[in-house]
Amino acid sequence: MDILFLVFQQTMFFSIPLLIVALGGVFTERSGVTNIALDGMMIMGAFTSIFFINQMQANMSGQSLLLIAILIATGTGAIFSLLHAYAAVNLKADQIISGTALNMFAPAFAIFVARMIQENGVQQINFANTFRIQSVPVLGDIPVIGGLFFKNAYITTYLGFVILILAVIVLYKTRFGLRLRACGEHPHAADSVGINVYRMRYAGVMISGALAGLGGLVFVIPTSTNFNATVSGYGFLALAVMIFGQWRPLRVLFAAFFFGLMKTIASAYSVIPFLSTSDIPSDIYKMVPFIATLIVLAFSSKSSQAPKAVGIPYDKGSR
Amino acid sequence: MNKIKNTLLSDSFNRAYSSVFSILIGLLFGLIILMISNSDQAIDGFVIILKGGFNTEAKGLGQVLYFATPLILTGLSVGFAFKTGLFNIGAAGQFVMGSFAAVYIGVKWTFLPAPWHWIVALIGAAVVGGLWALIPGLLKAYLNVHEVISTIMMNYIGMYLANFLIKLTVYDSKKALSMNVAETAVLPKGGLDHFFFNHLGTTKDMSTVNGGIWIAILIAIVIYIILNKTTFGYELKACGYNSHASKYAGINDKRNIVLSMVIAGMLAGLGGGLLYLAGANGRHMKVVDVLAAEGFNGIPVALLGLSNPIGIIFSAIFVSYITQGGNYLQTLNFVPEVIDIIIACIIYFSAFALIFRNILPRFLKYRKEKKATKATGQMETDAGAAAETEVEAAAEVKEEGSDN
Repeated sequence: MDILFLVFQQTMFFSIPLLIVALGGVFTERSGVTNIALDGMMIMGAFTSIFFINQMQANMSGQSLLLIAILIATGTGAIFSLLHAYAAVNLKADQIISGTALNMFAPAFAIFVARMIQENGVQQINFANTFRIQSVPVLGDIPVIGGLFFKNAYITTYLGFVILILAVIVLYKTRFGLRLRACGEHPHAADSVGINVYRMRYAGVMISGALAGLGGLVFVIPTSTNFNATVSGYGFLALAVMIFGQWRPLRVLFAAFFFGLMKTIASAYSVIPFLSTSDIPSDIYKMVPFIATLIVLAFSSKSSQAPKAVGIPYDKGSR
Repeated sequence: MNKIKNTLLSDSFNRAYSSVFSILIGLLFGLIILMISNSDQAIDGFVIILKGGFNTEAKGLGQVLYFATPLILTGLSVGFAFKTGLFNIGAAGQFVMGSFAAVYIGVKWTFLPAPWHWIVALIGAAVVGGLWALIPGLLKAYLNVHEVISTIMMNYIGMYLANFLIKLTVYDSKKALSMNVAETAVLPKGGLDHFFFNHLGTTKDMSTVNGGIWIAILIAIVIYIILNKTTFGYELKACGYNSHASKYAGINDKRNIVLSMVIAGMLAGLGGGLLYLAGANGRHMKVVDVLAAEGFNGIPVALLGLSNPIGIIFSAIFVSYITQGGNYLQTLNFVPEVIDIIIACIIYFSAFALIFRNILPRFLKYRKEKKATKATGQMETDAGAAAETEVEAAAEVKEEGSDN
């Protein structure tokens, strides 16, 4: 039973950042802009917020420090994503190329700044993990459910679910969400009824940047004690999760848990009884999430429900 | 004079200008970053970047060519896919799998005689690289999986698989690198050893550059001919421009997507072979969980070279050149990652190359008009020219009038 709890908790650590970042991907693609720079935005968000924690942990600790770090990660992601939005919306640039540029920029920037600023000149930024909640009062004592959801947890886990609910409400129950989706399906029609397509697309990209930045922090905190200018290709996995989730928040949740489980098998196989006894090397396990992604994409892409206008720059004059 | 102006206004020249503009802006950004991080040494550092391969004697230039070799191939891989309407981010995975194949054959197949050994190793690298790209190609053609996502996944799978296979077969655990390839599998020097070395007392400190650069240039020319002079290349490009139209014209678009990806993968894999079949003082494969930089740098190389195989040769040498400069930056306690930042900036700006492409002709036109208005001011000195410009101005007014 303890192993089940452990595997479940691990799955949460891997799934929640995927969920958050993939939801960000839903927002940007629904507004009509492809954002393959999610990975770079995760790195930037994680970099600034972990650096903040590194600097402030002598004076602060626990949840208040984490909350400020969350705000910093979100803000960094949103600001960094402006570069992509400007290229994609105003300059009508190739969105894949602009995203690739940001993906190259982010890790180089993180390593450069870390090595220039830190006194010891190393690229890893260490932090002390003071954020884990051993057991949520009252709720943690509930049998089974308490063990699954309310022990050994982080507030970021619950934040992930809050963001999911907000995403569903914003996308499907508000005027903003309807307009955003219209811009991704048929921007000319949206424009003809007075919606500012450029502004909507900026909003979509910035939401994705904010969520990706947050996702970077959420990914690093439970799984490591330092930040090494990488999020292990999680931004790309999140894109796959988004496609597997067919651009719909609730299906994205399901997809994120599927990949989180795969990733857990890849990293925690040594504690899972029947996997630890087999002598399959770790490199093979590390391939599992990516192979699973390919297989799943092969089955789910044929009937793709991608937004119609995604990746196409909006030009008022074209018809 | 007019002839020169016409070439300046022509499309291909504008496109080349856009690359130069991107490079200049990227370098400027690099200078700003150096200024912010350490203003005292920023200029010195910038000069080191610009000096690139010239920072030491001829050996440095040899190293530039040695590291440009794989970049030419991965650049060709990305550029070829671009021309046929595909975005191959998977050059890193294809490169690393091709590298492993070449090193494996180079170490293990010692029964092969001298020239055949490295030839077979290179063919092996190309075949394995091609196979690695076959999967995304098939997924794209028959199951509608976007090649960007699938090639990224293949990158990670390739990286872990190569790590696993190296440790299993050709690992030198003392040096934590892949083993040296057999002497018979080392690429011949191709005459370059007479030029690229430093004098180290009485001995020569040899550069690792070898005939691989000749092979890379030859391949670039072959790809140029395939794309521009053959029916096959035309069909591939047609599919890239408009798959529906080419299907209507009787071209098998699914087959062409798969073939494009496979050729792109073969190029990237071959790049791995050319880099690692370089003897004891050349590069060796590491077992690290990092995607091959040569693969990703193929993207800026292809963009800067405008996906033109000949342009890619030059842009690969440029990227390799400033990367060498970045290595020498460490003498000033700068971090070589500033080069990656510069390259990222260059890609970012080349993403909206369209803007630059429009600015230059407008600028030249603006100067022409300015000259014309100046001429009207000097009416006394040159009445004929003034009359001409007046006629032009009148014609322009007329045109404007007819628009309304």
